[in-house]
Parts: sequence; C-alpha cells; structure tokens
Amino acid sequence: MRYGKGKEIKALKRSAGGIWFDSINYLFMLFIVVITLYPFANQVSISLSTTAGAYSDKILLIPNPISLDTYKVAFHYDAIWSGFNNSLFRMGLGTLISVVFTALTAYPLVKKRLPFRKTFIMMILFTMLFNGGLIPNFFLVKELGFLDTIWALVIPGMISGFNVYIMAAFFRNLPESLEESAKIDGAGYFRIFTRIVFPLSLPVIAVIALWVAVGHWNEWFASLIYTQDPHKYVLQVVLRRIIIENNTQDITTIARQIGKTQAFTTRQMQATVIMISTVPMLIIYPFVQKYFAKGVMLGAVKG
Amino acid sequence: MKREGRFWRDLKEHKMLLLMFLPGLLYFIIFHYLPMYGTVLAFKDFRISEGIWGSPWVGFRHFEYAFDDLGFINALRNTLIISLLKLVLGFPAPIIFAILLNEIGRSTFKKFVQTVSYLPHFISWVVLGGVFISFLSLNGPLNLILEMFGFAPRIFMSEENGFVAILILTDIWKGFGWGAIIYIAALAGLDPSMYEAAVIDGANRWHRIRYITLPSLVPVMTILIILSMSGILDAGFDQIFNMYNSRVVDVSEIIDTYVYKKGLVDADYSYATAIGLFKSIVALVMIVISNKIANTIRGKEADALW
Repeated sequence: MRYGKGKEIKALKRSAGGIWFDSINYLFMLFIVVITLYPFANQVSISLSTTAGAYSDKILLIPNPISLDTYKVAFHYDAIWSGFNNSLFRMGLGTLISVVFTALTAYPLVKKRLPFRKTFIMMILFTMLFNGGLIPNFFLVKELGFLDTIWALVIPGMISGFNVYIMAAFFRNLPESLEESAKIDGAGYFRIFTRIVFPLSLPVIAVIALWVAVGHWNEWFASLIYTQDPHKYVLQVVLRRIIIENNTQDITTIARQIGKTQAFTTRQMQATVIMISTVPMLIIYPFVQKYFAKGVMLGAVKG
Repeated sequence: MKREGRFWRDLKEHKMLLLMFLPGLLYFIIFHYLPMYGTVLAFKDFRISEGIWGSPWVGFRHFEYAFDDLGFINALRNTLIISLLKLVLGFPAPIIFAILLNEIGRSTFKKFVQTVSYLPHFISWVVLGGVFISFLSLNGPLNLILEMFGFAPRIFMSEENGFVAILILTDIWKGFGWGAIIYIAALAGLDPSMYEAAVIDGANRWHRIRYITLPSLVPVMTILIILSMSGILDAGFDQIFNMYNSRVVDVSEIIDTYVYKKGLVDADYSYATAIGLFKSIVALVMIVISNKIANTIRGKEADALW
C-alpha cells in the first residue's frame, strides 16, 4: 500500500472527508451547545435584570441593568428555605438507605450456591417489568401511616432492580482470591462484605449514590401526593407552586413587607426561583458529570 | 437424601447472606408485590366505609366502562400519538449526534460539547417546565426572534398542534445528550485501524459512516429499541404534568395524567386502578414480545435482555 505511515493516513482522512464537512459539523456542534445553554442563560439574565431591562432587551443574554430585587425577596421567603432544607435532608437520608440496602441486596445474589438465588433474581427482575400502578401504591403508603413523613419519600423507591443488577455485576468482577483468603482467616460473609467488598466497590457505589441523590433532589411527585403540610414540601414542590401553578401571592406579600412592590414581574420571580434550585446542580455538575456517564457504561457492561 | 443434605448445608453456610438479603426481600414484597396484589381494586367497587377488602367484586366492569369512556379513549390516543412521535423522532437523535460528534475526533471541544449535551438530563421537569413556559411565552425569546424575522408573535403553549410539537422537541432536547453516551462509548471502543484500512481502500467519509460506524451501533440500538417498546404507553408524565394547561388538555391528556385525575382528584379509586393496570399489562406484554422478536432476529441470546 502506498500510505504506510499514520501521519499520511491522517492527512488523507482530512482531505477525503473534506474541509466542508468538518466546518459544518463544528458549526452544528456549536449550535447544539447554544440551544442547550441558551434557555438557562436567558433565565439567569431575566432573574438578574430590572423589569425594564428584562422586557426591552430582545434576546436577553446578559443582565441589563443588574438588579437583585427578586433574590432579596426570595431570600425572605420561608417556603424556599424550608423546601431547600427538606430536599437536602431527603436527599441525604434517601441516598444513604438506598445505597446500603441496594448493596446488601445485591451481594448475596452473586453467590452461586445461595439457596433460592434464582427465585430471588426472578422476583427482582419481575418488578422491573410490572408494577401495581399509582393507586395501590398510594393506598399502601397511606395505610402504613407514612403520609406527611419523610418515609413516604425515601422508602417506596428505596431499592431499584436496575441498581441491584448494576451493583451485582460489579461485585461479580471482584477478584475472588481476596474473599477466599479472608474466609480462611475465619471471616464471615458480613465481615467480608463490610471490610472487603464494600470498600473495593466504592466506584460503583459512588455512581449509584450520585444517581439516587440527583433523583431525590429532582423528585416532586411523591412529595406532592404524600405531603399535606406545606412546611414539609420539598423544594421542587415549592417551585411547582410558584412556577407552574403561578401561586405568587405569598411572594407579593413578602415583596410589600420589604418595600419592593412593583419592582419586578412574576416571570422574573419565577426565573429567580428556577435559578435558586438549579444553581447547586450547575455548580457540582462539572465535577461529577463523568461519574454519571460512567454509570451508564456500568449498566451496559452486561451485553 | 444426598441432594437434601446439600441444600441444608448450603442454607447453613449462607445463613448470614440470607439475613443480609432479608431487608431487600421484605422491601420488594411490601413495596412491589403488595401493590401488585392491590390491583384487585380494579375488579371491585371501592367503598371507603368497607375498605379495600370488604368492597364488593364487580369483575371486568371498570375495564368495559373504560372503552366507553371518551375521556379514556382520548387519553389512550394522545398517549400513543405522543409516545410514538417521541420514539420515531427521538430515537435517531442521539445516534446522529453520536456519529457527528465522533467525526470531530479527540479534542477538548468534543468533551465540552458532550458534557453540555447531557446537562438538561439532570434538571427536573418542574424547572424545565418553568423555563419553557417562560421561553415560549409572548415575551419570551422565541417570539422575539421570530419577530425579528417578521413573524407575528404566537402563544405556542396554548395552540394544540404547537403544544404537541413542543412536547416532542423539548423531550428530545432534554434527552439526546444522555442517550448518546452509550453510543459514543461504543464508538470509542472501535479499532481505529478499521478506519485506516477503509481509507486506504478508498472509502470516503460517507462510506466510513455507513459501513463502519453505523453497523457497530446496531447491537446497542437493538437493546434500546426493546427497552423503549415497553414504554409505549409512557408518554412522559413528569413533562406533561408540568407543562400542560387547560387550553391544550384535549391533545395532551395522557393515561398517566388521567389516572392521576380520576384517582387522586376525583377519588374514583377502582376505575383509576383499572386504567393503571391496563397500562402495566400492556407494558409487560410489549416487553415480552419485543424480547422474543429480538431473540429471533439475532438468532442468539447475546443481544436480548434475558
């Protein structure tokens, strides 16, 4: 063959594909970045602008002129604070129990000679294919006395079959020799699990913990149907009332109390609460995003 | 006797493991199998005074009623339309994105685009609902852009056809980047020498995409198609519940929102359970069928789900 060297092949690859394709492809990717980020950038600007600025500028991208009025009002709005705290607590507790019980459920299933192993696996698999639906679940939570408690938010979705499956796949690939030597030293399964398996599985545990944590932070429906006391709403439900249900009377009252009447519109206030809930995610996102992506691959390992 | 002896030995040896499994076992029984059993409500006429177990049996009456109920028929039709459109238009999006991104080659720009692309996956529909309501409103950027090109402003969220288009486009917007991860990883695993050999043999870019890149994605596509089949009656509750309004409810009421309204708003528990059960059974049947089809097509177990 004429083209023996990598460098030449690379050069050929470029010319063969054509500069045109590359340029258009780069532009298209740039376009994707813009349409993904622009709606958020627009919200940031609306929340940080004065009313006049927010409505005079046609395609608002940079706040013009800057005004923090809506943030001051949001800062005085107790429901946002309590929602924030409730969401944090729910996320912490929910993630902790999910990870612990998912791992405890997954580990025994890896042992080939576990009695009823096949039955257990089929049983968990079936829950991924079929569910009882909204109403029976609602009655169950109600009958258990979970209404208006944190348990309604963290227990019903505690273990997912999918996560059990991913963790078990990871456990299965751990070197067996480690466990064997611990067994010879007289360690029981629980000790092996806590001292060897769990610490060695931190990569998969981190991924699942992040998934579950984000799930809890974003979840709103359980809180909407299982919580009656407004002080117990999670942040997403507080947001829903302001953003989706347009329930802004409280905010108007607070604005009046701190002397900010007529300084902004509902749309600006909504943009502000959107930012308050999204900023924590945007801050941690660049640091944790690679773990999320890794998790997708863990799930695909099986094939 | 020998077999039994082995069973008891296994049981004794694994009793700690069984104990560790116990909380999970109880969890799945209580929070998954009990609600499945609770679907008997669909065959009863629920009366609060008599409770779930005391209420009288009515057989398939709720199911028969459902197919005379125009509200349900409409919800079923909307569900099928929306979810099929999302499947047909949304399925290729991550594949096209992955293939085009693959052509960029290794660079910081590629990483950046990919990272940005799956950001919306991590934002809830409550927030995104708010973002799009604002974005598409009369004073929103889209109308201002259209105005610059001389179009009259429109209230997109209140137009029936426009709203369905919005549901599909925003769903693709939220999910294409996340959906592409698995394809991008499959492409990253390809041996570069295959492309080099193809170039030497005179393949142009289109040939390389058509004969190397695309076929390498087929196994992943098969699995994802199977998975998406079971969601044929999932039109996206979170999204629609947070975006729809009374003006577009006729085209966007789906089975899930209808179950919510009938059950938790109107307290027609038995009927709502029946509709929910109908949906669950369809999902189950769909996944079993599509898995069978996948097994037959591929002729081997490897790419099927189980």
